[in-house]
Amino acid sequence: MPKVIFIAPDSSRRELESPAGWSVMEAAIQNDVLGIVAECGGGCACATCHVIVDEAWAAQLAPASPNENDLLECTAAPRTATSRLSCQLKISASLDGLTVQIPDRQT
Amino acid sequence: MSSIAIIGAGQAGMQLADSLRRGGFEGSVILYGDEGSLPYQRPPLSKQFLLGDLEASRLNFRPIAHYEKLAVTLRLDCAVTQVDLQTRTLAMANGEQAAFDRLAFTTGARVRKLALPGAEDPRVCYLRGITDAQAIRERLATARRVVIIGGGFIGLEVAAVARTLGKEVTVLEAQTRLMPRVVAPVVSAYFEAVHNQRGVRFLLGESLTALAPTSSALGLTTASATYLEADLVVVGIGVHPNLELAAAAGLPCEGGIVVNEFACTRDPTVVAAGDCTWQRNILFERPHRLESVQNAVDQAKVAAASLLEKPVAYSQVPWFWSDQYDVKLQMVGISTGFEAAIVRGNPETGAFSVFYYLGERVLAVDSINRPAEHMAARRLLASGGLLAKELAADPAADLKTIIEKN
Ligand SMILES: Cc1cc2nc3c(=O)[nH]c(=O)nc-3n(C[C@H](O)[C@H](O)[C@H](O)COP(=O)(O)OP(=O)(O)OC[C@H]3O[C@@H](n4cnc5c(N)ncnc54)[C@H](O)[C@@H]3O)c2cc1C
Ligand code: FES
Repeated sequence: MPKVIFIAPDSSRRELESPAGWSVMEAAIQNDVLGIVAECGGGCACATCHVIVDEAWAAQLAPASPNENDLLECTAAPRTATSRLSCQLKISASLDGLTVQIPDRQT
Repeated sequence: MSSIAIIGAGQAGMQLADSLRRGGFEGSVILYGDEGSLPYQRPPLSKQFLLGDLEASRLNFRPIAHYEKLAVTLRLDCAVTQVDLQTRTLAMANGEQAAFDRLAFTTGARVRKLALPGAEDPRVCYLRGITDAQAIRERLATARRVVIIGGGFIGLEVAAVARTLGKEVTVLEAQTRLMPRVVAPVVSAYFEAVHNQRGVRFLLGESLTALAPTSSALGLTTASATYLEADLVVVGIGVHPNLELAAAAGLPCEGGIVVNEFACTRDPTVVAAGDCTWQRNILFERPHRLESVQNAVDQAKVAAASLLEKPVAYSQVPWFWSDQYDVKLQMVGISTGFEAAIVRGNPETGAFSVFYYLGERVLAVDSINRPAEHMAARRLLASGGLLAKELAADPAADLKTIIEKN
């Protein structure tokens, strides 16, 4: 299964294996990674699943939809150039090793 | 040390347990549920889950390890049948009893059922829990004609899924427009058009008067004597709050378990949160009941603070969303009593917002495919809702900046 790597605000790393087709948000929630709140459960409606994608990976992701892009303007921690909503990022074999940073707040 | 019993392992119950531990509570926390499953999200049940994309376990809020880490005891197949506030004990359906010091009701709500002969037919389905969604999903696999009773959120979301799966879909709504209690006519009309374009048929101002199950179909007759046949009927006509347990324990109940702005019942050591409450929020003059994820989460946090004896008054702005096809409706505030509905943007483009005004104040905003406006509106309402109507109506005015300056 592809790996996803989460870097917490205190710089600690969690490396997980997660089924392809799951979202990065789901991988976090189902493995009890804290700091991803996901109030709307992946509905692209709450912006509490914000992650900052490692620069090396950012360009390989499918671009954000207009809705996601709009919501990214409203994250609790400021948006960065590689900010994404983790519920909109699908895990796949080609993204094996995807690394994302968890911001210090979601609400 | 003391013990806290939480009755109802849904969105509010899970949040309450979590917030108690985060707030430093060290006593025992027992979460009682009656669905046999880990606490899970309901919104996908009428959306992605029904479309067939998701396994049930993916709906869980957290894995079992989370509760172990938090030292929250889960009793997930354990309906609580009685609560005695004098002796501080509760009784379970399996005959067990347990003592508690403090108590939380997070019992949610259950669906209103059709009161018609024939309504017990298994092809008449309701949607509240995962087993309901699984039953509908199975029946959808073979059904050709689907009739939905009720043009509210759940009915329309199910209609969208059934249509996406290629079913013949008819929606009956007793009022003359969709989602009549919560949105303005312009929003109802927009959604009616969206569904129409995809081939959904509406019978508005129509109610079901008779059901005739046969082996090959369900025959439905409406008040105006229209007759139609269905292989599957999904009923979405609202819910009843689960308040009976609290009422039987002597706690006041109206349109839910009565709680104050601290989520406390008349007994200050007993709180309640979520769909089951008739609640106070200091932003509103009147009490009300809400059915939303936001309310379950935020009111549970307030309830936890009260149990931790660090009370904070409930003052969160309510918000909600609904997904139908690729259309996302997001709502914030409560529009009841509005005098003017100001439309921002052109509904024909499929992206617009409606600002509901009472005098100069915005009471609520509905946004269709406008998430940034929804988020800006949340900030607006949290800071009092003052926005000149010309600015609300002008799509070129940058709301985010205007609201931040206020
Ligand atoms: C199909 C569907 C779609 C939805 N979509 C949205 C949406 O898009 N956006 C949104 O904001 N909201 C949505 N909602 C509403 C949202 O899911 C609810 O408001 C939320 O789940 C309420 O949480 P709760 O904890 O109060 O109640 P619940 O989640 O209902 O939890 C209550 C739990 O308590 C249990 N219980 C009751 N009595 C007892 C007892 N005596 N002993 C033990 N256990 C008991 C119940 O079985 C249940 O498991 C949707 C709801 C449904 C059903
Ligand atoms: S979980 Fe709500 S936007 Fe991602």
